[in-house]
Amino acid sequence: MSTLGTFLEGTIRTATPLAYAALGETVAERSGVINIGLEGAIIAGAFGGFVAAGTGSVWLGFLGAGIAGAVVAAFFALFAIRMRADQIITGTAISLLALGLTATLYRQLYGSEGAALSIPTMGVMAIPVLSEIPFIGRAIFAQPPVTYLLYLLVPAVWWWMYRTHAGLGLRAIGEDPRAAIAAGIHAARFQFVAVLFGGFLGGIAGGVLVIAQAGSFAEGMSAGRGFIAIAIVVLGRWHPLGAAAAAIIFGAASALQYLFQAMGWELPYQAFLALPYVLTLLGLAGVAGKSTAPASLGRWQDQH
Amino acid sequence: MAELALLADALVRATPLILAGLAVALAFRGGVFNIGAEGQLLVGAVASTTVTIALSHTLGGFVIVIAAIAGAAAGALWAAIAAELRRRFHVLEIISTIMLNFIAIHLVSYLVRGPLQEPTRIFPQTETLVEAARLPVVLPGTRLHLGFLVAVVLALVLAWVLRNTVWGFRVKAVGASPSAAWSTGGIGVNTTTFNVFLMSGALAGLAGSIEVSGVTFALYENLSPGYGYTAIAVALIAGLNPLGVIGSGIFFGALEAGATALQREFGVPSSLASVAEAALILAVLSFAAYRGRRIFGLTARSPA
Amino acid sequence: MSDIALEIQGVSKRFGTVAAVDNVSFAAKRGSIHALLGENGAGKTTLMRIAFGMLRADSGKVVVNGSLTDVHSPSAAIAAGIGMVHQQFSLVPSMSVAENVALGRRGRFRPDAVAAQIEAIGVRTGIALNPFAKVSDLGSAERQKLEIIRILAHDARILILDEPTAVLTSRDTGELFSQLRSFAEAGGSVVLITHKLRDALAHADEVTVLRRGRVALNSRMDSINRDSLTSAMLGASTVNVPGEKPASLLREVVASVDGVVAGRADSTQLCFEIRGGEILGVAALDGAAAGLLRTLAGKLELASGLMSIPAQIGFVPENRQDEALIPAFTLSENFALKSAGTRSGVLTWSEMSKRTSMVIDGFQVRADGPDASAASLSGGNQQRFVLGRELNDDPPLLVLENPTQGLDVSAAAAIHVRVRDAAARGTAVLFYSSDLDELAEISNRVLVVRSSGIAFSEPDRETIGKLLLEENG
Repeated sequence: MSTLGTFLEGTIRTATPLAYAALGETVAERSGVINIGLEGAIIAGAFGGFVAAGTGSVWLGFLGAGIAGAVVAAFFALFAIRMRADQIITGTAISLLALGLTATLYRQLYGSEGAALSIPTMGVMAIPVLSEIPFIGRAIFAQPPVTYLLYLLVPAVWWWMYRTHAGLGLRAIGEDPRAAIAAGIHAARFQFVAVLFGGFLGGIAGGVLVIAQAGSFAEGMSAGRGFIAIAIVVLGRWHPLGAAAAAIIFGAASALQYLFQAMGWELPYQAFLALPYVLTLLGLAGVAGKSTAPASLGRWQDQH
Repeated sequence: MAELALLADALVRATPLILAGLAVALAFRGGVFNIGAEGQLLVGAVASTTVTIALSHTLGGFVIVIAAIAGAAAGALWAAIAAELRRRFHVLEIISTIMLNFIAIHLVSYLVRGPLQEPTRIFPQTETLVEAARLPVVLPGTRLHLGFLVAVVLALVLAWVLRNTVWGFRVKAVGASPSAAWSTGGIGVNTTTFNVFLMSGALAGLAGSIEVSGVTFALYENLSPGYGYTAIAVALIAGLNPLGVIGSGIFFGALEAGATALQREFGVPSSLASVAEAALILAVLSFAAYRGRRIFGLTARSPA
Repeated sequence: MSDIALEIQGVSKRFGTVAAVDNVSFAAKRGSIHALLGENGAGKTTLMRIAFGMLRADSGKVVVNGSLTDVHSPSAAIAAGIGMVHQQFSLVPSMSVAENVALGRRGRFRPDAVAAQIEAIGVRTGIALNPFAKVSDLGSAERQKLEIIRILAHDARILILDEPTAVLTSRDTGELFSQLRSFAEAGGSVVLITHKLRDALAHADEVTVLRRGRVALNSRMDSINRDSLTSAMLGASTVNVPGEKPASLLREVVASVDGVVAGRADSTQLCFEIRGGEILGVAALDGAAAGLLRTLAGKLELASGLMSIPAQIGFVPENRQDEALIPAFTLSENFALKSAGTRSGVLTWSEMSKRTSMVIDGFQVRADGPDASAASLSGGNQQRFVLGRELNDDPPLLVLENPTQGLDVSAAAAIHVRVRDAAARGTAVLFYSSDLDELAEISNRVLVVRSSGIAFSEPDRETIGKLLLEENG
């Protein structure tokens, strides 16, 4: 494959899990809830996907991944929405909990040499004709099916958010919960569902890492993607299409390493490993002042 | 004697937890969500090790002090990146500090395999610190070093500062209500926040320095088994009270030392300790919610 | 079918030991405007919140169009054809008019269809707005229209308005009432919650007067006069006798401005001075004076020009819970907050505690001593404490933003007394209020802030209102 092809393919591959997680988090944050526990949903999804895919079905694997992510998000929602505990602290604790729990379970279930275990993976399914388009064809249309699902999910979430009354209600809660409640919207219920949805997609993101990419589980393999996804939500200006675009830009920047290697530029490999995190910082600084968060994001509102 | 060794082990383990716990407690008190104690601790360890290796032959034992100052300064500098991103670009410090944690991990990985690697170039670590550059043991026959006492004294000092000085009061006021701190008190919110961030980073950096000169005597990857994250639990369980941090630091030190021993003896995964920590944070949150209190001043935004 | 649209039967509601509404019954007829009149804290709003399903009554019934209705939630009330415009609007500022109208519906959201509906309402009732305008760009009269359009879009036949004229100029008030009249003539019914005798007298067909949670009077408007309404409202005891205004024993100039202050959206050219002993009222629409007040309070820089203000300034910001107090802190800590920005070194808490106790005693703050948390105080006591703290070091200048908002009559009166005392002792007071009646009552003269510039007015409601209006004219 050409260098450019490798680069583009790497872009989409890196972007896929981030876009899933960021899309879900966008929905949650538009309802006014910032789920820092997204990292936990991703690692739980990776583990859940690993276990469920062990049955032999990759789609069952993704279902397991989504459910595991949603369960973690349900815990977050229980504390942050139901008990109205601090969202940031709850999210941090949930992430720690999921990271520790998956590591413990993995070691218990598969022993410390479990890394050798592998599961059926979702292979590339090239779409006829489209994948023949020069340069971009293979990168976009020779991907695992779960990536194609994302292509459909992004516009679907946009449509729901901007063309249904439920989506309107969700956005209103994020801006001004009191006004939304006054309009007869069950704010807490909406937030709960939005967070569960975000957790489900976070779980899918973890599933992508395991089932469509690595083929095995490793402790802490989410490697901060939950936090990067939260940054992508900001870069995407809390818009589903923006989140997808930001994820692609992020994927492209991360895939620069393929170009660098092709060019023969020598850099310590740790520099490439650190690159996504540096990019996140630069990206966040770059959108300063141009991006407005939902007005009540992360705040506590008296819902009585 | 075995009990004494176990106790000493717990206190040794507690030392970085108390220092990093103070870092987190101070930051959270001032409304700064510094989740970056881990990274600040690591760069503190880097700076401290570098200074010690460079100067221990000329300075002798006094190098410990210089190394501690260097470690604290490096931690503050690492925090300053996030502080400046927050002050100038309104970048959420929760995201930026976590990104900086990952960058610090890769930085250490690069250094111990590159410029700072020990002379034989076999092991991924720096050369070992000379005897004179190590913190003295305070309980003969154990590993308990002077750093523990330093941590306890700093906790006392911080408690006094928060309680009895105008600076400490400003930190608490800004953390509890930035709008009231400015409108009523005329307190410079941005300046206070920035300073708190740096102070917090310095405490975490000092934790890294003391860990190197008191326990590991060299810099290597996995120098910290997540002290900076456990510190969040330490600070929260202590109710963000510096005196409480001494107690909760020792508690978590014992928990982790015990978990390590359990893993060695019975094969119980030590990651269970982080599960326990996260569960404790959630327990504190739900207890506070149950009592209907908005704890820690973090959630003191009044109901609308 | 009876001609009663909304009937309240024997409704009671207690908050703790206080009976906010005590066995109240009244009936609003179809085709009429029914005034629910009473002083602040008389229970009017509580009663109507029960009718709208926001509060549950302890006892009593709500009957809508002749059938007993369980209004357990606002949505149930809306389904029963009731709509309510609250004193605090519940609009989402960052969204468009159409999006706000569509809020709370189900199914697909078609912005164009909603816009067409809004335009149809405009044609039918004369209450018209651009469906695609952003709410944050609308003035308060337009926001109120939007609230009414939302209700009409639900086909509500019973319209409850809570103090709708508080935020309106007299011209907007006139327009509102002519629209309400045509709504009533088309078979709707309007319940008008108000404490303004004038509004009730001029526009209502029927009146129910509440006093301390009970019905003091129930009558047709054409068979009653002003005096009997007044005595029904106030009862035997006279409340809120306007105090003696400090004579114009004006002293030296305390603060002067000649320059431009930056407001939220625009800036205002200013040139005025204020003297010791004077209460200078400030009238403005929609927080247009916020920049000016904060500049005079020393919290904002002047955008350009010159300003002289004293080093010591008392400042009572509008949002007590967010800006004047830290609810989780003790009263001593809240007292210490005042000087925290300028002091340094060590704090002596025993000294703070002593001085806090003096404020508590001096301003009759009902609190369990200086170590009580600010959150444990009632609104009136919090405000007395804040005022006491701000006046503690006898500042030459006191800046107040809506200091009596949300307080009941007696608490508001207590604040007025303290402010007058301070002025009598030589403090210059800048008193902003969104209630023109309050301004007229307390000020020596009134500074009217408009985007076209400032003007001074006699402390007279009509003059202030006219000057405010010129903004649009």
